[in-house]
Amino acid sequence: MDELLKKQLSITACKVRMGIIEGVYNAKSGHPGGSLSIADLLTYLYFAKINVYPDKPDLPDRDRFVLSKGHTAPALYSTLANRGYFDVEELKGLRHVGSMLQGHPDMKHIPGVDMSSGSLGQGISAACGMALSAKLTNDTYRVYSVLGDGEIEEGQVWEAAMFAAQQKLDNLVAIVDNNGLQIDGKISDVCSPYPITDKFSAFGWHVIAMDAHDFDSMDAAFKEAETVVNQPVVIVMSSVKGKGVSFMENQVSWHGTAPNKEQYEQAMSELQAQLAELETEE
Amino acid sequence: MAELIKKATRESYGETLAELGDKYENLYVLDADLAAATKTGIFKKKFPDRHIDCGIQEANMMGVAAGLAATGKIPFASSFAMFAAGRAYEIVRNSIGYPHLNVKIGATHAGISVGEDGATHQCNEDIALMRTIPGMTVINPADDVEARAAIEAAIQYVGPVYMRFGRLATPIFNDKETYKFELGKGVQLTEGSDVTIVATGLLVYEALVAAEQLKNDGISTRVINIHTIKPLDEEIIVKAARETGLVVTAEEHSVIGGLGSAVCDTLSANCPTKVVKIGVNDVFGYSGPAVQLLKEFGLCSENIVATVKEAMRGK
Repeated sequence: MDELLKKQLSITACKVRMGIIEGVYNAKSGHPGGSLSIADLLTYLYFAKINVYPDKPDLPDRDRFVLSKGHTAPALYSTLANRGYFDVEELKGLRHVGSMLQGHPDMKHIPGVDMSSGSLGQGISAACGMALSAKLTNDTYRVYSVLGDGEIEEGQVWEAAMFAAQQKLDNLVAIVDNNGLQIDGKISDVCSPYPITDKFSAFGWHVIAMDAHDFDSMDAAFKEAETVVNQPVVIVMSSVKGKGVSFMENQVSWHGTAPNKEQYEQAMSELQAQLAELETEE
Repeated sequence: MAELIKKATRESYGETLAELGDKYENLYVLDADLAAATKTGIFKKKFPDRHIDCGIQEANMMGVAAGLAATGKIPFASSFAMFAAGRAYEIVRNSIGYPHLNVKIGATHAGISVGEDGATHQCNEDIALMRTIPGMTVINPADDVEARAAIEAAIQYVGPVYMRFGRLATPIFNDKETYKFELGKGVQLTEGSDVTIVATGLLVYEALVAAEQLKNDGISTRVINIHTIKPLDEEIIVKAARETGLVVTAEEHSVIGGLGSAVCDTLSANCPTKVVKIGVNDVFGYSGPAVQLLKEFGLCSENIVATVKEAMRGK
């Protein structure tokens, strides 16, 4: 990937992370860990990959994005705000009465949200429906959907997996955020979904491995996804839960806890330092 | 009453979708391996490219329907009521109801009249489940004529609709030449001043038969057909309660949460009136021929007559 673009994406991802922390801190609740693990991915998708039109969020030929792991809405909201769908100041209203930013994505009220989600296992089915819809009427848009690695313990995900392969949905890319942790602990200790790649492969998907925090790896994975025909694609990305905030990284306790004032200040100062470093390098 | 032609509303469902497929090019039909039973196989034969068999996975089917609706198509997701409303309840609530997507759910094999398949497949809870979802329209047609008209009305309406169809062939009593379906409007079928029977689905015809019998016995019975259980036509029900002073509800559904409950909700707030509910009395069904089961569970004109007479004694 072009070095300048990579630098720009790194800067944007840092701002997306700051928006996540800002939102969750002001909400005094929410899910920072899994939001931070997909911050680089969403930045890449919205700033370098998918066809979207922030000034016309409902344009029919736009690519679709479904956050199946809907509890990480802060990452989606922060990405959309930074992409220009709405003011970043809105992020402070997350989970507040009167704010459009519901605890989980709400397509009826938030510009740029293509599907309401949050009850795990459901978004991927809707994503299949959107991809099928494009096939039925020869539309060219593509559909992207992010699943949690804990989320794939849901049976509905495997109904969708079977269905997508049967319908040859090669315009669908699912991304599994493999940060290894779910609320009750390590995914391998709770109800292991491993081996994830072998499972999707056995279900008839084209499987790609990716580093969730390396834009070169990401770019290669999504470019490969575009070459696949007659098969849906799943990108299993190894990620770090809480990525970017030192004390949140790989800590299951940060799955669904908001930082207190002191933690908020520490997180923001770490991210500000990262941002300053990236910007000075420029 | 003269012998009428009979037809199951699931047949009406499959045939009507096939008939309307040309007129509504945006219409798609989904099934979960039951196209032969839901009768959507008739649509599939005519429009193979617009029929999607999802296999035995109702949860995913509802989500796929949501995705189709979110991208501008009008999907009819079909299965048995037990699986469409029961198994897939939470997907219907969160992926269809919450975003108010334009999905039509065609639920066949509703109620005890599924017959021989027994309790696991006799869904007497679907109306209760579906009417608690905000913004969900719930329709339970009484015969073939009404079912056909209701399906087209559902296509023209923008928003989620749950439609309930039966497996058992039942009399076609509406006149197809004059029948007009109005979403959310009850239909008064007979004049009456002593008692009102508010019925839905296959119990509407039974209510008409009961009203004839009651008339012979000197009881003037008003029969109201409620095809749209939600939104409920409160006006027609309150007016009837005010004018007749006694209401009997009749439905092939649990007495908990269905039409009877909806009628009680309305009347207790607007016109407190004695209501006696005929339905499945908080029990599971069992295997047997549909007609025999309907009689055993009191979902027949004979029990409506007996219930009205008993209620009249306390009036």
